[in-house]
Amino acid sequence: MIGDPVRFVDERLNTASLLRKALRYVFPDHWSFMLGEIALYSFVVLVGTGIFMAFFYVPSDVETVYRGTYEPLRGVPMSEAYKSVVDLSLDVPAGLLIRQTHHWAANVFIAAIALHLVRILFTGAFRKPREINYWVGVTMLLVAILEGFLGYSLVDDLLSGMGLAIAYAVALGTPVVGAAAAVLIWDGEYPGGTVFWDRMFTMHILILPLLLAALISLHMLILSKQHHTQFPGPERTEENVVGTPLWPGYALRSLGLLCATAGLLFTLGGLVQINPIWLWGPYEPYLSTNGAQPDWYLGWLIGGLRIMPPFEPTIGDYTLVGNAFFAGALFPMLAFATLYLWPLIDRRWSGRGERHELLDRPRDNPRRSAALVGFLTWVAIPLLAGAIDRVFLRLGVPYEAQVWIFRVLIVAGPVVAYLVARRILERLHERDVHPLRGWTGRVVQRNDGGGFTTLSVSDGGTREDEPRAGAATTAPSDAPDEADR
Amino acid sequence: MNDRPKRLRDLLLARTVLRLLRRLPETHPAGEPGVPPPNIEREIPGSARAERVALAALGLATLAAVAFVVLYVSFPDTQLLGLALGSALLSLAVALVVLGKKVVPQETTVEEREQFGDRERQEEVRAIVRRGGDGVSRRGMLKAAAGAAGMTLGAAALVPAASLGPRVGDRLRQSPWRRGRRVVDADGAPLTVADIEIGGFRTGFPEGATRDELGSPVIIVRLEEAEIELPAEQRAGIPSGIIAFSKICPHAGCAVSMYRHPLHEPTAAKPALVCPCHYSTFDVRRGGELIFGPAGRDLPRLPLTVSDAGELVADGGYAGTYGPSWSGVRQERRPS
Repeated sequence: MIGDPVRFVDERLNTASLLRKALRYVFPDHWSFMLGEIALYSFVVLVGTGIFMAFFYVPSDVETVYRGTYEPLRGVPMSEAYKSVVDLSLDVPAGLLIRQTHHWAANVFIAAIALHLVRILFTGAFRKPREINYWVGVTMLLVAILEGFLGYSLVDDLLSGMGLAIAYAVALGTPVVGAAAAVLIWDGEYPGGTVFWDRMFTMHILILPLLLAALISLHMLILSKQHHTQFPGPERTEENVVGTPLWPGYALRSLGLLCATAGLLFTLGGLVQINPIWLWGPYEPYLSTNGAQPDWYLGWLIGGLRIMPPFEPTIGDYTLVGNAFFAGALFPMLAFATLYLWPLIDRRWSGRGERHELLDRPRDNPRRSAALVGFLTWVAIPLLAGAIDRVFLRLGVPYEAQVWIFRVLIVAGPVVAYLVARRILERLHERDVHPLRGWTGRVVQRNDGGGFTTLSVSDGGTREDEPRAGAATTAPSDAPDEADR
Repeated sequence: MNDRPKRLRDLLLARTVLRLLRRLPETHPAGEPGVPPPNIEREIPGSARAERVALAALGLATLAAVAFVVLYVSFPDTQLLGLALGSALLSLAVALVVLGKKVVPQETTVEEREQFGDRERQEEVRAIVRRGGDGVSRRGMLKAAAGAAGMTLGAAALVPAASLGPRVGDRLRQSPWRRGRRVVDADGAPLTVADIEIGGFRTGFPEGATRDELGSPVIIVRLEEAEIELPAEQRAGIPSGIIAFSKICPHAGCAVSMYRHPLHEPTAAKPALVCPCHYSTFDVRRGGELIFGPAGRDLPRLPLTVSDAGELVADGGYAGTYGPSWSGVRQERRPS
C-alpha cells in the first residue's frame, strides 16, 4: 500500500518542486483558448475509438463475397476491407457507435484545429516568441487532414474509392515526378497492389498518429515554457500572465471540457448517422455515384477541382502538369505556404521584433486582420464551390452558371473581402481610439488645480468650456483623455 | 423559540465575516525562485447548492454508465448506447465544471514571465561551440566534406523508397483492349448491338481481362448515325451509331457514369457523358470532346466493330490515352 503518494513519488523521482510549480501553473481565461483543448480532447477520443476498431479492420483488397446479416449486400463481391467495416458496423455490439464516434471526432478534431488557428491568426498569437509553436500547429493541421482522408479511404466503400481515385490523379498529375511517385505509392497503376492497403493502414494507425502525438507533446512543451498569451486587461502586462492556477479550478474545468467533448462526440456517434457505408456499397473503379461529398475538411479541394478551368500546360504535345494537380495539390500547398510564412510576413509588415505577450483584437491591426479575411475567403470560396452540385439539385441554379460565378469569385472575392474588412476594421479601430466619436454630451475633467474643467463633446471634437471650481456633474468614466486628441 | 431570529442573524454575520476574511489576499513572499506566484484574488464560493448539483450529476453519470453496460449486454442498440455513454460523460462534465467554478477556491494569480534571450548566455553558448573547434585548421574543407558525406548518405537512405513500387515504364498506356476482343457486361455476358439502346448506356469490359484496372471499363451509348458530328476519317469504329469511350475520366480518374440525353432537343442541352466527381462533360456526338468542366483531355474513344453474331468487338485499342493526365502523357486534341 502506498499511504502517501506525494511522498512515495517524490522520494523516488524528486518531483515535489516540479509538481508545486505545475499545480500553480497559470492559465489566462478566455473562451477562445479552449478551442485547442477541444482539438486535444477529440484526439484522445480518436485514439481510444481507433484502437478498438483496429482490432476488427482487415487491410486487404482481396475479393470476397458478403454472406453476413445485412440482406441487401448478400452475395455481393467486395473487398475484405469493406466487409470488415460492414461487419464492425452491423454485427459487432457497439461497433457502429465506436465507428461513428470516431468519424465525428475526426471532423470535430480538424474543425477545432482550424478554429484555433483562426483565433491564433486574428489575435496575433503567432508573433514572437511563438513562431515555432505556430509552425508546429500548422504542421498538425496538415497531418490531421491527411490522417482524416486516409481514415475514410480505408473503408473501401464507393465514396472512399472515388476519393482515392482523385488522390491518385492528383499525385499522377504532379510535374515531372508524378507518374513515378503515384506508381510507387500505389504499387502499380490505380487501384494499386494489395500492399497499398497495408501501407494506408500503417500510415493511418501508426505513423501519422505517432507523428501527431509527438507534435502535440512538442506543442504543449513549448506552451508550458512560454505560457499562454493573454488579452489586455487590468494587471495584465507584457511581462506577466494573469489567470487561474491549474489546481484546483482550472484542472476541474478542463477535465470537465474533456468529458463534455467526449460526451458530445459519443452522443453524436450514437444519435446522428455519419457515413452509412452499407448504403454506398463496395467500390470498383468503374463505379461512381452522383452527389458524392468528402468530409468537410476536403471540401475546399473538391470545390477547387470543380471550378478549375480545363487547363493542362503543354510543350508541343508533351503535357507538363495534369489538371488535377492544380486544385488538388498546388492550391493547398500555396495555402499552407502562406500559413507557414505568415509570422514572417506579419513581422515585416508590423513588427519590430519585440516579444508579444498581449493579444491584439482583430481591429487593433486592421491590415493584418483584413489580409486574413482575404486569405480565408480565398480558401472558403472553393469550400462553398464543393457544394454546387447540391445547390443545383436543391435550388435548381444551373451547374455551369455556378461554376462560372465561382471562377469569378475566387479571383475577385478575396480582394473585395480584404477591402471591405479593412474599411470596417479601421472604423472599429478609430472608434476604439476615439470612443466619443459620434457621441454628444459634456465631460468633466479634473484639472491640476483641484478644480474641474467641463468639456463639451460633439461628434468626436472637443471644446473647452470655462473652468469651473467645485461640484462635478456626472461624466463617463475614463473617456476624457482620449477625447482630447 | 424566540431566539431563533437572533441565532440566524449571528450565523449570517459570522458567514459574512468569514467570507470577507477569505477574500483577503494571502501573503506570499513574491519573486522568490521556485515559490508559486501570489494570488491577487481568492474567493471560496463553497456553495452547498452547487455541491449538491455536482453530487447529483455524479450520481447520474454512474447510473448512465451502468445503463451502458446493461444495454451492451441485453440490447446493444447504437442510439441507446450512444445516449447512455454520452450522457454519462456529459453528466461527469457538469459535475466537474460545477465543482471547478462554484465549489473550489476561485483564484486569480499573477505570474511573472521568464525573460527570454539573455545575450550573455547566448555568447557563452557560441564560445563553447567555438572552443570545441580548437585544433581544427582546415575548417572550410572539413565542413564541405562533412556536408557532402551527409547529403550523399541522406540521398542513399532515400533510394530504397524506389523499391516501394514498380517502374512506370509503359504501364499507364497499356489497356487490355486488343483488336477482336469481345465486349462483355459486368456478368461476363457478351454485349450485342441489340443491347445498346438510344438514350441509355451500358458499361462494358474486355472479355477475360481484369475489370478493376483503369484501362478496362468502357461506357457505350448509341446515336442516330445522322447525329454523329465527326469528319469522315474519324467515323470508323462506330457501328450502327454505337460509340464506346473509356469510362475513366481523364481529369481525376472517377468513373464517368452519367449520360445526359435530351428528351426535347430544342430546349435541352445536347447529349453528353458527365463525370459525377467534378462534372467534366464530354460531347458524345463529337467523339468525346470536352465541352465543360476541368478535364484537360477529351474522353478517349474505343473503336468497335460487330461480329457475325451481332456481338460488340474491339477494333483496336483506345484512340488516345485513357485515365488521368501525367507529365508526358500525349496531348491528343483533335484539330477543330
